[in-house]
Amino acid sequence: MTPGSLDFLSELVRVRVGIVLKGEKAFMAETRLGPLARREGLESVEALLIDLRQSRDERLAKAVVEAMTLAETSFFRDPAVFSHIRDVILPALAAARPDGMVRVWCAGCSTGQEAYSIAMLALQAQAAAPNLKIDIIGTDISHRALEKAHSGIFTQFEVQRGLPIRLLLEHFEKAGDTWRVSDRLKQAVRWRQLNLLEDRRSVRAFDLVLCRNVVRYFEPETAKLVLEQMAPALAPDGRLVLGMEETLTASAFEPAESSIRVYRRKRQVSQAAA
Amino acid sequence: MKMCLVVDDSRAVRKVARRIFEGLNFDTAEAVDGLEAMAFCKAAMPEVVLLDWAMPTMDGLEFIKLLRQEPGGDAPIVVFCAEENEPAQIAEALDAGADEYIMKPFDGDIVASKLAQVGLL
Repeated sequence: MTPGSLDFLSELVRVRVGIVLKGEKAFMAETRLGPLARREGLESVEALLIDLRQSRDERLAKAVVEAMTLAETSFFRDPAVFSHIRDVILPALAAARPDGMVRVWCAGCSTGQEAYSIAMLALQAQAAAPNLKIDIIGTDISHRALEKAHSGIFTQFEVQRGLPIRLLLEHFEKAGDTWRVSDRLKQAVRWRQLNLLEDRRSVRAFDLVLCRNVVRYFEPETAKLVLEQMAPALAPDGRLVLGMEETLTASAFEPAESSIRVYRRKRQVSQAAA
Repeated sequence: MKMCLVVDDSRAVRKVARRIFEGLNFDTAEAVDGLEAMAFCKAAMPEVVLLDWAMPTMDGLEFIKLLRQEPGGDAPIVVFCAEENEPAQIAEALDAGADEYIMKPFDGDIVASKLAQVGLL
């Protein structure tokens, strides 16, 4: 791949979704765009990028950006975070709501493992908080990731990354070489395509927002903007959870459990919004 | 250092598993079937057993049933690591006393993930 094509690709991804490609860019481009180039009947990734530079084909541009931004994910990534959500956050939020309904937004949900993990946790948390009900929405920029998330079908490799075997037997059924989540879990989650950089016209209130291992790929200013935009969407007693290696840049939040990257809205901000 | 006993009749699998466990700072020992594994455990219980199912002489399921009846035999964390991947078979292994279950093929990430779940990492 030529440096010119690599620069074009980097700029395309940065402008479209705010993500700065780091590290072995050329290698990443080859492995992620290779299958797309083959599907398009092109002989190489370089040919794909040249084609896109000339045609400015919107459909192709979207497919390229999607392929470059698919994130790695696993079930119950960072178990301490999920234990805290199950044992502390969900029961407290349910207790503070007359109908026990807790609304969860998984922002940047990729192929759905995190959202399904929350759905499994909620069923466990109901033992201690019987009135807990859960409504989960998973959003991602990638249609392909969302299609997979919605299908609820995972490979044997995927279900062995982070998912305890007893939860696999409880919530999945074997379908040939793959495993399919139960209808019960599927019903707990809805999926929507969303670019976090776009202004959101309708702001819903969520009680728990997970935005984990998403903003670390953004430029600092973009990360700050994206997180600030989430503040009005969070209930005054709600919680925002970031990834373990992410630091909060937005001033609208303050630490609730800083060791596991759990944040709440700052008081004055929630009053101003009320 | 914690001791992991790798029980598998395949030399290749034992070699891969040994490398993974040593990378996770475990001492490792190997046994080619349940009988050899039982002799090892009677001498000194390991902290963790990585256990294949189908093996000559004594298979993994027979081994774990015997192990759990031994004095101190409830202590080791037993992680099955087997080709068998039907839910009913996995449930049978768990009922017999297995703590976790890995479906082959496996890699280092899966082993680390399973050990973290049983509190060994």
